[in-house]
Amino acid sequence: MKVFFTLLSRELKSFFYSPIAYVVLFYFLLLSGWNFYSIVAIMNGYPTEVTVVEAYFGQALFWFPFVLSFPLITMRVFAEEFRMGTYESLTTAPVSDWQVVLAKFFGVLIFYVLLWLPSLAFFAAFERITGRSVVNATGAYGGTYLLLLLLGMYYIAIGNLASALTKDQINAAVISFTTSTLLLFVGFLPDIFGITSPAIKDLFSYISAVQHMQDFSKGLIDSRPIVWYLSMTALVTYLTLQVVQYRKWKA
Amino acid sequence: MIKVENLTKRYAGVTAIKDLNFEVEKGEIVGFLGPNGAGKSTTMRILTGYLPATSGRASIAGYDIFEKSIEARRHIGYLPEHTPLYTDLRVGEYLRYRANLKGVPGSKVRERVGDVLELCSLRDRERSLIGSLSKGYRQRVGLADALVHDPDLLILDEPTIGLDPNQIRQVRELIKKLGGKRTVLISTHILPEVEIMCSRVVVIHKGQIRASDTAENLLKNHRAAGSMRLEAKVGAEGATALAAVAGVKDVSVEAEGEWSIFQMRLEANADPSEEVLQLAISKGWAVREVTRRRPTLEDVFVELTHSDS
Repeated sequence: MKVFFTLLSRELKSFFYSPIAYVVLFYFLLLSGWNFYSIVAIMNGYPTEVTVVEAYFGQALFWFPFVLSFPLITMRVFAEEFRMGTYESLTTAPVSDWQVVLAKFFGVLIFYVLLWLPSLAFFAAFERITGRSVVNATGAYGGTYLLLLLLGMYYIAIGNLASALTKDQINAAVISFTTSTLLLFVGFLPDIFGITSPAIKDLFSYISAVQHMQDFSKGLIDSRPIVWYLSMTALVTYLTLQVVQYRKWKA
Repeated sequence: MIKVENLTKRYAGVTAIKDLNFEVEKGEIVGFLGPNGAGKSTTMRILTGYLPATSGRASIAGYDIFEKSIEARRHIGYLPEHTPLYTDLRVGEYLRYRANLKGVPGSKVRERVGDVLELCSLRDRERSLIGSLSKGYRQRVGLADALVHDPDLLILDEPTIGLDPNQIRQVRELIKKLGGKRTVLISTHILPEVEIMCSRVVVIHKGQIRASDTAENLLKNHRAAGSMRLEAKVGAEGATALAAVAGVKDVSVEAEGEWSIFQMRLEANADPSEEVLQLAISKGWAVREVTRRRPTLEDVFVELTHSDS
């Protein structure tokens, strides 16, 4: 356990010792703050049936910085170690590959949580100033942030896998950006291809992040997406471990 | 301390090392010698648990490197080739991180890091960013890292490559200082280094061991072709007579005014100095210089690792 925390603290330090962390934090805050402002401004204009939380997490302006953040925070994770050769000194210490892969995963996850923490303040400020609730049901708040965390885990796992596949951060970013965008829009595929069969539409809506967010931000917390994201995260992280070991073996 | 049995490693069709067998006893400083691409780094990476072998076994301090990899690694201080380091950390910070990673108890970390900083003369650089250090200092940080958990075995992959002569001397002295108490396996293709530091030499070429002995014995047993030089007042025809002397392999000649300079390559273990001199006297050549060059470790190395031998 001591080894794991040593690795984890190194991961967190490597974020904050590089300018990337501050650039990402700054622009993320700027973008999400602007989004919040514009949503409230629009909602102020005419009557609406959705809550502030539903509107905020239901718009394209939310999904865009969301999906863009993952390549930025994960591209460096393994690629840089392979490029610098530090993966060799790392894994010839008495440390298992599992510990390394998990420490890297949780390192990014903690940073991701830090990215989203300020958004809680937006809603708190709104409620305080207007005296109105941002959600319909109490579960909606928790549900939204739970889904945000689950989605984050899944896309971070994908970003880490992409980073483990290459020595080049840019390659890693392109792979993870493409993959996570595709996965995000997978729910729209039946519409794009004009498929009307309800069975297929249902199937795709089961794995559609956009659909999940609509449900969770209303307070409809379903256990199926939770299981889906947790198991996909575990699967992709396991794949990452395999890739990392394979890379070593053919090095 | 190290025991290697029939170790083989193949990458995608290429055999990097083939049926390696060697042992390193406790307290030895062994030089792992070979040309570039001979399989030195591959062997070291297998011993440190970074690469799995295709077949064969290896153990460190009695722990099988494949089955008890973590335990085996606890005994090793490894300096990989090119000394990879985190350039965004400070020297002291990096060493503390590595000490924690290698299982040094929390209460001992400060003390151990202090010790290795002292040993590697890094005290004044404790707060420097690793990225800002010169190659020589980085090498010392790498060594300090290898030493920080006080391992019984040091595996150093080309620790002096890319350093200037002063830095090379410092690193060598440091390694010599470390020996005695610890076992050291050090790879290099710089020959004087081996003669200065190592108690034994393992020569590897094309993935196979060509020799394993002390530098002295290697010289004795592989008395590689030495050479002789004779400067005499005689025409180029003297070469024919010299070539006929037993023990002389071939002769090349170079004219310098009325003098000729003969370079003779000798056969292994031959010393025809006497015969050569007698020949010159009997023919009545005026002689102004005779020299015999003893074979060096370099000659032995060339002989053992000549690409098609």
